[in-house]
Amino acid sequence: MANRPLTFLTFLSLLPLICFSFSPENPTDRRILVLLDDLAIKSSHSIFFKSLQTRGFELDFKLADDPQITLQRYGQYLYDGLVLFSPTIERFEGSLNLAAVLEFVDSGRDLILSADVNSSDLIRNIAAECGVDFDEDPSAMVIDHIGYALSDIEGDHTLVASDSFIQSDVILGSSKIEAPVLFKGIGHSLNPANSLVMKVLGASPSSYSANPNSKLSNPPTLIGSAISLVSVVQARNNARIMIAGSLDMFSNRLLKSGVQKAGSSNKYGKSGNEQFVTELSKWVFHERGHLKAVNVKHHKAGETNEPAMYRINDDLEYSVEVYEWVGKSWEPYVANDVQVQFYMMSPYVLKTLSTNQKGLYYTSFKVPDVYGVFQFKIEYQRLGYTSLSLAKQIPVRPFRHNEYERFIPTAFPYYGASFSTMAAFFIFSIIYLYNK
Amino acid sequence: MAASEDAKASSLRYAFGNVIAFFILLLIGILAFSIRLFSVIKYESVIHEFDPYFNYRVTQYLTKNGIYDFWNWFDDRTWYPLGRVIGGTVYPGLTLTAGTLWWILNSLNIPLSVETVCVFTAPIFSANAAWATYLLTKEVKGTGAGLTAAVLLAMVPSYISRSVAGSYDNEAVAIFALIFTFYLYIKTLNTGSLFYATLNAIAYFYMVCSWGGYTFIINLIPMHVLLCIVTGRYSSRLYIAYAPLVVLGTLLAALVPVVGFNAVMTSEHFASFLVFIIINVVALVYYIKGILSPKMFKVAVTLVISVGLVVCVAVIAVLIALVASSPTMGWSGRSLSLLDPTYASKYIPIIASVSEHQPPTWPSYFMDINVLAFLVPAGIIACFSPLSDASSFVVLYIATSVYFSGVMVRLMLVFAPAACITSGIALSAAFDVFTRSIKFQLPGLSGNSPIDAGDTSSGSVVAQNETVKTEKKEDPGKERPSRKTEKNEDLSKERHSRKNKKKEKENVEKISVKPQEEKRLLVLPLEASVIAIFLLVLLGAFYVVHCVWAAAEAYSAPSIVLTSHSHDGLHVFDDFREAYAWLRHNTEVDDKVASWWDYGYQTTAMANRTVIVDNNTWNNTHIATVGTAMSSPEKPAWEIFNSLDVKYVLVVFGGLVGYPSDDINKFLWMVRIGGGVFPHIKEPDYLRDGQYRIDSEATPTMLNCLMYKLSYYRFVETDGKGFDRVRQTEIGKKYFKLTHFEEVFTTHHWMVRIYKLKPPKNRLRGKTKKSKAKATATTSSKRSVSRKNPWH
Repeated sequence: MANRPLTFLTFLSLLPLICFSFSPENPTDRRILVLLDDLAIKSSHSIFFKSLQTRGFELDFKLADDPQITLQRYGQYLYDGLVLFSPTIERFEGSLNLAAVLEFVDSGRDLILSADVNSSDLIRNIAAECGVDFDEDPSAMVIDHIGYALSDIEGDHTLVASDSFIQSDVILGSSKIEAPVLFKGIGHSLNPANSLVMKVLGASPSSYSANPNSKLSNPPTLIGSAISLVSVVQARNNARIMIAGSLDMFSNRLLKSGVQKAGSSNKYGKSGNEQFVTELSKWVFHERGHLKAVNVKHHKAGETNEPAMYRINDDLEYSVEVYEWVGKSWEPYVANDVQVQFYMMSPYVLKTLSTNQKGLYYTSFKVPDVYGVFQFKIEYQRLGYTSLSLAKQIPVRPFRHNEYERFIPTAFPYYGASFSTMAAFFIFSIIYLYNK
Repeated sequence: MAASEDAKASSLRYAFGNVIAFFILLLIGILAFSIRLFSVIKYESVIHEFDPYFNYRVTQYLTKNGIYDFWNWFDDRTWYPLGRVIGGTVYPGLTLTAGTLWWILNSLNIPLSVETVCVFTAPIFSANAAWATYLLTKEVKGTGAGLTAAVLLAMVPSYISRSVAGSYDNEAVAIFALIFTFYLYIKTLNTGSLFYATLNAIAYFYMVCSWGGYTFIINLIPMHVLLCIVTGRYSSRLYIAYAPLVVLGTLLAALVPVVGFNAVMTSEHFASFLVFIIINVVALVYYIKGILSPKMFKVAVTLVISVGLVVCVAVIAVLIALVASSPTMGWSGRSLSLLDPTYASKYIPIIASVSEHQPPTWPSYFMDINVLAFLVPAGIIACFSPLSDASSFVVLYIATSVYFSGVMVRLMLVFAPAACITSGIALSAAFDVFTRSIKFQLPGLSGNSPIDAGDTSSGSVVAQNETVKTEKKEDPGKERPSRKTEKNEDLSKERHSRKNKKKEKENVEKISVKPQEEKRLLVLPLEASVIAIFLLVLLGAFYVVHCVWAAAEAYSAPSIVLTSHSHDGLHVFDDFREAYAWLRHNTEVDDKVASWWDYGYQTTAMANRTVIVDNNTWNNTHIATVGTAMSSPEKPAWEIFNSLDVKYVLVVFGGLVGYPSDDINKFLWMVRIGGGVFPHIKEPDYLRDGQYRIDSEATPTMLNCLMYKLSYYRFVETDGKGFDRVRQTEIGKKYFKLTHFEEVFTTHHWMVRIYKLKPPKNRLRGKTKKSKAKATATTSSKRSVSRKNPWH
């Protein structure tokens, strides 16, 4: 039974793993590898990079075909995040390849990937591995003849302005993005059954994906709001991936340009791009929406020590502290929908935890009248937040032999019968033996 | 017939005989103990097989935590996540016995480990059982028969199979308890002493503590009582022997947690209550008969009988109502399969799947009791001459146990002591007659002081009628030649020899008639006696040889360590312990290991990991769940195991080294048991034309089920063909990959393979990569179909 505390210790020691590349003490010191097709992008997209650097990230710019690229050395990852702004690269030099990128993600590290028109198969495959399928026609672009962005020259309507954002404060920040986001690039689709990938920026219903330079012979395969322009993936290990179909949307030019949607009278002096990509990058690099649960405690009502085992019908109290990382520090996470299950193959107890608004969640309940090996389970999955999944095993035993009621009132007739019989027999024996 | 001199001499002789008997008993004890040490000498001092590992673990817990914690032990490391209340579901007799032994030894500053004590508990108790047999047989037929029976029991192979050193199972102490309870019953019956009756109840309590087989006692003794009453042998001794046993015994039995209210609620015990009522009625009748004049008595009888009939009808009606109200008619499955041997195979696959619940074959009788099989009939006849209460009990015991042993091979164990007792009686009676014949005819020994002087088998009973005895004695003597031919195990020969036997018998009878005319005593011709004694000794020698062989070769293998002899010497297969050690050292403490239930006890005891199901098959659904997982394709199996928090799956595979009792051979039982609860698992899906096969003819369901895959994964890499040495065929599907499981450990001889469940995929892939040429063909609808989420 000594293994209960051990479980807890294991859990504690796993906490850093749950927060993976974060070191809780100094989480902002993160190194990010940026791979570019062309070093010119470094200057043409400098606003985006600057915003990252000002937030404390250490950017390491490399050409995608640099033979020196390596993600890990001696089994240790050199970077905590990867930005792939190299849509046309056919194959990386050095030790980097498709498998290495995926392994990087599977180790819990983050990825921003931007494809573009004429993206290489490599980039497409990385996206496909993450659950994002770009239009198979490599030269297809998202075209919107109604919702395009007005610009000086009447173009082919490939510069679209989209404002169908995901409704999530966690992903896109609490301040609303007013201006539409300018997008010029390739669209992709998501499998609706895939629960890990989310469409952050969708295309308008009037858009479609096709090659703007050729005549449309077949109906386009990607149309309307099925098209996703920017998507994010939160993997099961909480690694976050952002996949965008346009490299231009990160560029200084679109970040700065004004925007007016065709058919709309609202003209914005500045597009929503800057806010959009900045907020999204905050989310991707775990500056927001990262939860941790600590101090899981449970004990019998009125006691403080954690027992190794409960008895059926015990009253117990359960508490857990949940914090959210807000870029600089851990802040109490406030919500009213955190639930705990007392679980053995199915939840026997499901209770919403009360909170003191300071991160502490607590509840109390009665152990069901069933013995077995139960688990305290918290499965907290909310849009944009890292998933909290705590399971702590606790056995529940039946009554001990001396914990039952000794005398039951309903059985008093039986007690009376047996004791009177005994007494009668005793008396009878005496009389029978000595009364001659 | 005794002058004072004679009395003095004979009392001296008795004293001398007692001393000799004592030393013989001592030697028998040593024999019983030491013949069971082959396993330790040939292998090592380890616990054997499956159940003993559980008992060992329980004993460890007992010695560590004390009896109260043991009583209340809720084990959370087995039957995950249900857990098991060990204290309330285990027969504690064995554990408490070994625990007490250990405690005594430790308080005497003999620091033996718990394991050592457990290993040697069974041999120690076999010695006790031999002594108990002596006592019982002595009560029935005198000291000589007692000693002979004790010797026979000390080395009867059937009992050895369950009590070699290391075989730490309930039966080890239960057989002793069984015989001892019978002894005390007979003792009470012979003496009419309330003291022995109380002891009898306590011995019965010990038996209830030790083994579920106690129901045999509580049915056999009432049967005997009933028999005595019916045959007009009712006496107050019978009442004293029986009534306290039922009352005290039932009360005491109800104290054992695992029995509890079963002691009064289940049909197995009803017979004893019924007979209890009957014996009270009979006692009342005899009492009334004593105080009334014969005339009055007749009146009373009609009265009582009419009233008694009414009462009986009422009681029976109540009983029938009670029994009918429970779905299985109040009988547990195992008991039902005793009464109807086909019951289990029809309705309860989990009982039928255990090999020791199968009916035995004829060779197993010869293997397990050897020559006793031929001595038993002679012994039964001996019991009838004269028929006493005690000897009728022995006859009843052997008759019922023969039936039970025919139903379940495991109950051969109950039959063996009965066979030893009757054979002991037969042998001793034979020796009795022959030695006396010799003695009377040897020159220099006058026949003046008769009969009982010559033999160790004490007086009165034996002396009463030699006539019958001689005849019967002859019987075993005759059996000898028949047994010899039998060695060829040829049935026709056996029949032939039986005919011979009959002829011989006639001869003998003719011979025996003569002396009868001459003298009151039966005397056989000297030569015949000498030859017969010689043959009897030879017979005994064969028995000893067979027993030693059985103890050394057949029954000493611990089954966790296997050996095989081949042209290049002895091979030891220690794969099980290798696998369990791997689990113990390489997995987390709280990890759950799934395997077929056979390996549950060993996994908890040796690897100290939580298991899903184990050999205590109390929850059929849980076992069926595991069986279903094993018979499902990979993905559903993964889902089932994942829902049970399983981390590792363990399969036993004998195909590489030819170990026949592996999981593939047990697989059909998994299918049956799984299909019994989850009907989507259908046995015919796994059979090709009713045949169970794993070669290329096997059904796709079979080739895709988890058990097949886990057993044969990478198997083709061993010899390039995938030749399974157990099934003697090439496997059907050789090259395949596992998607949801990964192999983490395979033992040296591939006998145990351990797989780990892969975690769910970190990412979900989009549509599969396609070549550009194909790309245009896809439509969006098709795409969404092809990308089904595999995990939800």
